[in-house]
Amino acid sequence: MDLITLDVYDLSLAAVLIVLLAGLSFTMQLGLAKSILISAARTVVQLMLIGVILKVLFENGHFIWVLLLALCMLLIAGREVMARQSRRFSGVWGFGIGTTSMFVSSFTVTLLALLVIVNAEPWYAPQYAIPFLGMVFGNTMNGIALGLDKLSQQAWQQRRVIEARLVLGQTWQMAISDIRRDCVRTGLIPIINAMAAAGIVSLPGMMTGQILAGVDPIEAVKYQILIMFMIAAGTGFGTIAAILLGARRLFDERERLRLDRLTGPH
Amino acid sequence: MVISGASGSGKSLLLRAIVDLDRHQGEVLLDNISSLSMRASKWRQRVAYLPAESQWWHDVVVEHFPVIPSDNDLSMMGFDGTIMDASVHILSSGERQRLALLRMLLNKPDVLLLDEPTASLDPKNTRLVEALILSYCQENNAAVLWVSHDPEQVSRISGQRYCLDNG
Repeated sequence: MDLITLDVYDLSLAAVLIVLLAGLSFTMQLGLAKSILISAARTVVQLMLIGVILKVLFENGHFIWVLLLALCMLLIAGREVMARQSRRFSGVWGFGIGTTSMFVSSFTVTLLALLVIVNAEPWYAPQYAIPFLGMVFGNTMNGIALGLDKLSQQAWQQRRVIEARLVLGQTWQMAISDIRRDCVRTGLIPIINAMAAAGIVSLPGMMTGQILAGVDPIEAVKYQILIMFMIAAGTGFGTIAAILLGARRLFDERERLRLDRLTGPH
Repeated sequence: MVISGASGSGKSLLLRAIVDLDRHQGEVLLDNISSLSMRASKWRQRVAYLPAESQWWHDVVVEHFPVIPSDNDLSMMGFDGTIMDASVHILSSGERQRLALLRMLLNKPDVLLLDEPTASLDPKNTRLVEALILSYCQENNAAVLWVSHDPEQVSRISGQRYCLDNG
């Protein structure tokens, strides 16, 4: 089966739907018309751009370029995590905690998949490395952003409880233990749901894409399983690392709750 | 030792500094040992602080206690054993305050920092709690720093001089 290519006319038809949606929002005064149009435009520009970059990269798959793109993705994802915190850690920690956790978990998981499981030639072949990283980053970013946002909010709201536990002689780990567990749960529930619903409620995006491109469904399913597990591991380890680092940062060496290390609300 | 003073004059901040909840200048010593020489959680077990409003974070009372209090401890506070399995949400603020005091005393602290400990109690329970705190101090040779706005209370408790000499 050959891939049916889309031309400008096909995409314009789809764009008409977005314009209609924006028009409806405008007449109903939902206040969403502008954001719909801007984000739709961003989709076009950003995807076009990455399409061109990937095309160049695939033709000239040098290791340095793959690494450079991977680092760009990491930094942008780290900035997104920070931007989604209503109360973020001040100083380098606001960017550092999320980015470090994402680096440790996503890079490790993707490297493992590339080197041990897929075994492409060369192992950093951009056709595999970039989409894998993208999917793992995208999901890990969500988990970490949700978890860290909850952590700072809960610490803020429950500061009296945390301090009451501290003055009873509990260690900082005990005083924050319930909150920490809630935050990891919050970060992990989306991917747990996605795994549980995969194939029944939703057809995962990558598998759908491969099937559209004419790949045998069974082969597409195998890749999807691999990706799901990579995403779950990346999100899980990344969220846990971020919550551990974040919770540690909320207390100082005298085990005092230090909400002054948070900024916001944003 | 009793501390009085207008709202906002820093009474609570003083207690929070002593228990090392806030960053502060100066050094706090207990029996000539600096708070900095031990882990903060250890320090707070010996120098206990009771905030004006008690906090509860689990559903059931007993989950908040490091050890199960004896029936004797409970009856001194005016409770029987069933209170331990009660839901925190059905307790009055006075009951919570008395339980919070008991929870704190089970750590066997050497110093008590009490921030208006009887503000939410009726006269009967106020007397009960005062007597309990003073007898704890006497038995354990513990010191008290007591924030109070009630002149009658101040004269009642500061008469118990044996409670003060350790401070």
